[in-house]
Amino acid sequence: MDASALHTALQLAASGDTGLSLEKRAALGASLPLLQRDYRFERVWFWGCIQGVRDAYYIAQGLGPDLAAPRSRLYRCSEGGAGNGPGRRDGGVAGERLGMRGLGLESPAAVRGLRPVPDGARARVALVAGSLNCVEWSLLPPATEEMVAQAELLEGRFQGDPSFEYEYAEVNAEDDERFLDDGKELTMKEENRLVATIEQIDRAVGIIPRRAFMKTPLGSVHENRNFEGLSLTEAKKLSSYFHFTEPVNLKNKTLLEKADLDPSTDFLDSLEHDVPQGSWTVQLEKGSTVVVLRSLLWLGLTFYHVPVTKQYGYIYCGTGEKNLDLPFML
Amino acid sequence: MAEPGWEPEQSPQQPQEGPGRLPSEGSEPGGEPYRPQLQEPGAASEYQEGTEEASYEQHVPETNFSQAHTLGQESHQAQEVSMYQTYPLGTQEPRGAYQSYSERDHYHAYEHKHGPYLPHEPGYGLYQPGYSPYDDQTPDPEHRMLAFQNAKAYLLKSSVTSGLNLYDHLVNVLTKILDEQPTNPVDIFENISKDVKAAQFQKKMDTLRDEHEVLPSFDSAEMHRNLFLKTDGEGDEEQEEMGETPLPNVMETAFYFEQGGIGLSRDETYLIFLALKKLVSAQPIQTCRFWGRILGQEMNYIIAEVQYHEGEEEEETEEEEVMVEGEKRMEEVEDEEKEKGEPPKSTYKPPPVIPKEENGTGANKYVYFVCNEPGKPWVKLPPVTPAQIVCARKIKKFFTGRLDAPVVSFPPFPGNEANYLRAQIARISAGTHVSPLGYYQFTEEGDEDEEGGEGRDDCEENPEFEPLSAFEMVESLSTWVHHVPSILNQGRCVWFNPLQKPEEEEGEGEEEKDEVPDELQQEVGPPLLTPLSEDEGIQNIPAWTASVSTKLTPQYAVAILRSNRWPGAYAFACGTKFGNIYFGWGHKYSLGNHTPALPPPVQPEYPDGPEISEAADPTVEEELAFKAAREQKALESMEEEEEEEFEDEDDDDD
Repeated sequence: MDASALHTALQLAASGDTGLSLEKRAALGASLPLLQRDYRFERVWFWGCIQGVRDAYYIAQGLGPDLAAPRSRLYRCSEGGAGNGPGRRDGGVAGERLGMRGLGLESPAAVRGLRPVPDGARARVALVAGSLNCVEWSLLPPATEEMVAQAELLEGRFQGDPSFEYEYAEVNAEDDERFLDDGKELTMKEENRLVATIEQIDRAVGIIPRRAFMKTPLGSVHENRNFEGLSLTEAKKLSSYFHFTEPVNLKNKTLLEKADLDPSTDFLDSLEHDVPQGSWTVQLEKGSTVVVLRSLLWLGLTFYHVPVTKQYGYIYCGTGEKNLDLPFML
Repeated sequence: MAEPGWEPEQSPQQPQEGPGRLPSEGSEPGGEPYRPQLQEPGAASEYQEGTEEASYEQHVPETNFSQAHTLGQESHQAQEVSMYQTYPLGTQEPRGAYQSYSERDHYHAYEHKHGPYLPHEPGYGLYQPGYSPYDDQTPDPEHRMLAFQNAKAYLLKSSVTSGLNLYDHLVNVLTKILDEQPTNPVDIFENISKDVKAAQFQKKMDTLRDEHEVLPSFDSAEMHRNLFLKTDGEGDEEQEEMGETPLPNVMETAFYFEQGGIGLSRDETYLIFLALKKLVSAQPIQTCRFWGRILGQEMNYIIAEVQYHEGEEEEETEEEEVMVEGEKRMEEVEDEEKEKGEPPKSTYKPPPVIPKEENGTGANKYVYFVCNEPGKPWVKLPPVTPAQIVCARKIKKFFTGRLDAPVVSFPPFPGNEANYLRAQIARISAGTHVSPLGYYQFTEEGDEDEEGGEGRDDCEENPEFEPLSAFEMVESLSTWVHHVPSILNQGRCVWFNPLQKPEEEEGEGEEEKDEVPDELQQEVGPPLLTPLSEDEGIQNIPAWTASVSTKLTPQYAVAILRSNRWPGAYAFACGTKFGNIYFGWGHKYSLGNHTPALPPPVQPEYPDGPEISEAADPTVEEELAFKAAREQKALESMEEEEEEEFEDEDDDDD
């Protein structure tokens, strides 16, 4: 969700644990605009947080003019559960060094160099920064298909330490062999897992209301200035929401189905045919004034939209684990 | 009128009448009205002279008057038709045309009734372009315009009866057709026209009053407003009981949780607070607490944990039990009656049902009320049974938000969603309700003796509780203790010996006792007030994650505890205050995939032995031999002579 609307958004989408204490919320208000300034982003979205066992990651995304183009991701790693003031601060700085200084991306100029050219390529850039008080951010490395594949093999909670190394030994033998044969490492840094998980979540359940974004004939995606929100009836239907990612099912649609689509707004997949059926809950909350969508596949993802207004957005506050039991639970 | 005279001379004027004629046919359908007029001596003769032709006779043989027409005026027929065709040209004297029109009206209506001529008829093709003698004269554009205006003026004339005019009506009809784009509009044109006319009478009503959209938020707003209204009796009671109220300070608890980033929005919390107040005023409640919120697929559950005043609740339950016992007795009687003459009963004995814990003890210590939204009526959840808890451990289902929804699962859950919800609440409470060390203490020795050793299951607030600082609370989990007894595998907090009953009843169950003595080991859970540091994690994931709300102002920090075993369960401690709350989906964390229980193994066949194996049918020889042997036996007592004879026969058979 847009960083500027963070406070309202949290009021609307708060469904238990946002992981943002008052202190962090206030800190975000100060650090996100600075982030936008330093990295010269057109806009900054607060993506959410992933709760680790010892610590939590806070993730922000920076966007260029083309909203569907690769995004820069930044994270903040909050402090661990135990420990006291001064000593902890050292730990945080250490984490920061591990996280982002190694990437050599300190200067905003370097980041800008990495910024996507609007060529339609969807490889997403993500960059990390470890910080202490929701104030300092680090750039995450870009997610690769390989990282996503590896991350899918991992299970269990995040630790909250970007340099923590997961061992594949816990994974079953077949997968191990495959990776041995390829000559790849058997370990994965949590930082990479984090990137891959964010990528997975964005691909699977990052959603926007229909017509909120439009595609120009040149292929870039912009916010639709004429978007005035979905009507109440529309807002209750899953077909009015789109996955904000490369469409997969759209190409498979028949000509008949495509006939009614408007190429400038209907350029994404709708949630209607998500597998499994019923992996979204649509509820009217706050006295039936807000439509809240929750993903049952990635528990913790909450999307909100106030019908007939421009207010919408999603936030992820969860453990970063996919709900593999979903078929049993419906 | 001077019609016969002017027709040939002023032929250009004639077409003027065209527009006039058209509607007359609509207003006076059928040939009847004109007959009397035309049969007036003067009119009729004029017609015969100047305007009629023989072809009419052929086309309208049924009309009397046409028979009177003279023949041989075919040239005029051609003229007439052509005039009709080209009427827009003639525009010289519109007024005159209209005057004459009234007279000629009927005639032309009559003429028009002919419709298109058939190909074999002499008039065929006369109205086609190019046939008319006037076609070669290009009409004057001015005339055309005037004709057009006249035509339109005519069409705009509103009807005396309905107040409508044809022009607007056609516009409406065509608009409707173009808007709706029906298939084959020509086929349903009449209906469309009729609909448009009918709509004139309905639409006007709608424009007077605009229907207001009824948003669902109005209902909720109404519901929420009721929370703010005071009922009459309520106010007095409150003033009396101001000193001691079971109403919890939800807002204060929410404030502390908010420090750690946990909780609903403040507005919503406040509405819940008001809803709890309603609950407290409606029920005889001793203690009340906002337990948390469980998310569902369609709706969410807001859950209140209450304890009734002593004695209030028991009446209800006693009734229930009496009912249950009564039913049992009835069943037994029925069984006995049925037994006579029925197939043998199965020897399978279901494992003894473990009785649920009494209200006010163990897992049923508290009563839970739920509602979907603050303002909706609170619904009391039924007490939980051990079987439900045991089954709830094996399944993992999302809540729908409807209490009466069935729980479709394997193993089958005994009860509907209300029972499942209650079971999960019991499990979550037992697992995650924690308090700072020293806040509760065991009840004193004296009580223990009276209760016969069960005092260990109860604890009370420690008046001399000395709070630790938030950082100390976070430093080590041993500063937190469970203050709710854990639920045993059996599904109860206090172990129940399932074998007691058979002993009490009769000697019937002796065999069983011999078979299952090893099950008699009493299940022991961790004692009350066990520190959290002894909680088992899930593999390498610790059971709890502790954090402080702020590092910048440590003197006012709040210690926040997040459960990893029950994601969504939180606890806070700040000074002498502490609280537990749950916001989540109501499921326990499981590493990896949920593996549903497998169906029980197929029952083995009855052991195959000689006593149940089917004997082979005897062959004919065997039968005969057997018969012979039997007969021989019977005859042995007979006389020797006869024996010999039989022996001979036997020999033959063999």
